[in-house]
Amino acid sequence: MTSVAPSAARRVGLATAAVGLAVLVCLPAWGDPSTMRILVEFITLLVLAQMWNLLAGYAGLVSIGQQAYVGLGGYALIVLADDLGVNPFLAVPLAGLVAAAVALPTAMLVFRFRGGYFAVGTWAIAEVYRLLVANTTGLGRGSGRTLKAVFSLSRESREVATYWLALAVGLAALVAVYLFLRSRHGLGLMAIRDSEPGSETLGVDVFRTKLGVYVGVAFGTGLTGALIYLNLLRISPDAAFSINWTAYTIFIVVIGGIGSLEGPLVGTALFFLVREMLSDFGAWYMILLGALAVGVMLAFPRGLWGLVAERWDVHVFPVQRRVPVEPAGPDPGRIRP
Amino acid sequence: MSLLSVRGLSAFYGSFQALFEISLEAREGETVAVIGANGAGKSTCLRAIAGVLPVPPATVWFGGDPVGGRPAHELVARGVVLVPEGRRIFPSLTVEENLLIGAYRGRPGPWSLARVYALFPILAERRRQPGPNLSGGEQQMLAIGRGLMANPRLLLVDEISLGLAPAVVRGIYGVLRSIAAEGTTTLVVDQDVSQIMELAQRIYCLRKGSVSLEGRPAELTRARLAEAYFGV
Amino acid sequence: MAWVDTVVQGLLLGGLYALFATGLSLIFGVMRIVNLAHGDFSILAAFLAVVTVESLGLHPFTALALIVPVMAALGYGLQRLVLNRVLGRGILPPVLVTFGLSIIIQNALLETFSADSRRLNPGGIETASVPLGHDLAVGWFPLITLAVAIAILAGLQLVIDRLPVGRAFRATSDDPETAELMGIDNRRLYALAMALSLAIVAVAGVFLGIRTTFTFASGPDRLLFAFEAVIIGGLGSLWGTLVGGAVLGVAQTVGAKLSPGWGVLTGHLVFLAVLLFRPQGLFARARRVA
Repeated sequence: MTSVAPSAARRVGLATAAVGLAVLVCLPAWGDPSTMRILVEFITLLVLAQMWNLLAGYAGLVSIGQQAYVGLGGYALIVLADDLGVNPFLAVPLAGLVAAAVALPTAMLVFRFRGGYFAVGTWAIAEVYRLLVANTTGLGRGSGRTLKAVFSLSRESREVATYWLALAVGLAALVAVYLFLRSRHGLGLMAIRDSEPGSETLGVDVFRTKLGVYVGVAFGTGLTGALIYLNLLRISPDAAFSINWTAYTIFIVVIGGIGSLEGPLVGTALFFLVREMLSDFGAWYMILLGALAVGVMLAFPRGLWGLVAERWDVHVFPVQRRVPVEPAGPDPGRIRP
Repeated sequence: MSLLSVRGLSAFYGSFQALFEISLEAREGETVAVIGANGAGKSTCLRAIAGVLPVPPATVWFGGDPVGGRPAHELVARGVVLVPEGRRIFPSLTVEENLLIGAYRGRPGPWSLARVYALFPILAERRRQPGPNLSGGEQQMLAIGRGLMANPRLLLVDEISLGLAPAVVRGIYGVLRSIAAEGTTTLVVDQDVSQIMELAQRIYCLRKGSVSLEGRPAELTRARLAEAYFGV
Repeated sequence: MAWVDTVVQGLLLGGLYALFATGLSLIFGVMRIVNLAHGDFSILAAFLAVVTVESLGLHPFTALALIVPVMAALGYGLQRLVLNRVLGRGILPPVLVTFGLSIIIQNALLETFSADSRRLNPGGIETASVPLGHDLAVGWFPLITLAVAIAILAGLQLVIDRLPVGRAFRATSDDPETAELMGIDNRRLYALAMALSLAIVAVAGVFLGIRTTFTFASGPDRLLFAFEAVIIGGLGSLWGTLVGGAVLGVAQTVGAKLSPGWGVLTGHLVFLAVLLFRPQGLFARARRVA
């Protein structure tokens, strides 16, 4: 295996990213609050998408119940900040830990399923959490709660602090996922995705790797959930545990491109674009997104970024190791469905 | 007139080439044998003929039509029936149901449940048992019977003797002889050369994806066969 | 006595759940796909019934004569045109495509019918009841629902056990490649299975719409309950699905009686308990289709 020398695209990509980051950090000085709020929303969706991408695209665990951890993270924030007096900004990563703690026993249950039934199982569990929260008086039952701990700060400081926290989370998530995928564990993960029995014979502990990813992703998702509700300030079970979180992230990842780091970025940008364009048309933007996702899945399984990457061999965040392979011939032994 | 004509057939598994432009023929009513060592490409050849592998249309001709690359179920309707390697009995079906599913396409012809049971009495005894309960030899009989239920014009049998005791193999070859006597064109693939030499009218030997020898059994000496088979 | 009544209600509800579960189980058995839009298709059928009843003045049961064929055709077309393309490409594509369909259907229903809740009116039968002695009365409609569920289950079991197409389902479920060697066109067979599944789920949807109010968003819960009924009953057993539906139904009615908000949650908890202590379900069989 030859190692990859940094390609031109990668250098340009990194330089652009650095400049962009500097601009973003200084945004509070010259931008307005609504821009910051949109960026926070962008980043949270992006991180959710990166997490789901890691889970489904790399680990092969197709979950449609990640909203469980968004909700758990959000409610953990409220409890930690309002009831236990923890600094709300510190409570965000702590909420991630809470989500991860719940993910461990949850995994024991859902890992009994495979494939499509695993997907529905994760959804069922999310519903259980939603109903448990909705039936708990201390958590505000069906009407939910408001985050009060931040009211001691001025509105401006709160918004800027939330914004910088979001930037930090976004950057950290990107770097963490990138480093993980390039690590030994990441390689093991991709081996599992490609062939579970094969990877087992090579000594990859499939169960522990999958469990680790599931819990790690729950941490990231829970943390992001807390960040979302730090931004929104008002939480309710139906909103926090809504299947829409999963719908958005799935569409973002599928359209942008599964199994690459750049895909979710492209997908999130497209998502915001479509939402802006169709904001006056009610449910049509969801119908369009759904149709786009289905269409992309049928025609370009690797998404928009996958199309670009294959065509021009561009990788901004390369996680593959290159092995020279001859082009494959027609694939026999597979009966057409 | 050849019922089956394979012309310049090449086949690939990914980037690996398994067949290199092979050609062979089977005339109506003939029994043709394809022999060769493990990995020589015999099964690949049968699978290509049966419609399991995608190949160009003009490489496989059946009954005067180019059928290469047509889906397997369509070829069954035309009368090309493959008895697959490893028997592949359906575990969820009983013996009788396995036979009945062979007749799914409803091709008219002389074969029926009664005739198959006459040919393989042991299957009649076990008709209500689940497929997997049968021994290896019985499963092979079931697989052949299932193939016959489709009333084939061309019967392809892949790796008959794999995993079976010699006595069992002899019995099955006896059955093949009576099937051939009925006039069914048969293409048999096997690693066991001795039995096949007595059964077939013509033999092709494959080595590393190419035809290394072809001829009538009477014309072929042991030495020539060994050379074609092993390349020594 | 009130408890007996609750349990009986639960058992009858189980009939409806079994109806939902049957279609899901059939598809999974034959094609290994979980149709995440399963529940949404039933709600689509219910809304179609609303339109048919309002515009043609038909009784909901009569409307079924129109809706079932339409839904069956929809299922056939869906499988041939869309789902057959994503088979054999791993678990991700079928999950994502059916999930996308679920979102599309829900939002399309929202756009077309708004968020108002609807209900189908069967002309009084839903309130009529049959006394069973000892101050226990059972509604006619839940009884009919259970009877229809049992009839459909029995019919499907007959098809699978006796008819050639049922053999083909089982064979294809075992070994799709060898099934093709028997002359079975997998694409057509899968489409047939999906048509059957949607036809059954259409009946379920209409019966649901008569029993209770529904909205554009009612689909996902149907999918969950169907899934839970299948798991509790055990994969690969149609009659097990009936029992699974009954267990779920009883859990929900008993839970709701204990505390109004706890009906559905109790069902979920029982499902989780089965998953923990008997993951293969109550009647798991080696046979995969039914």
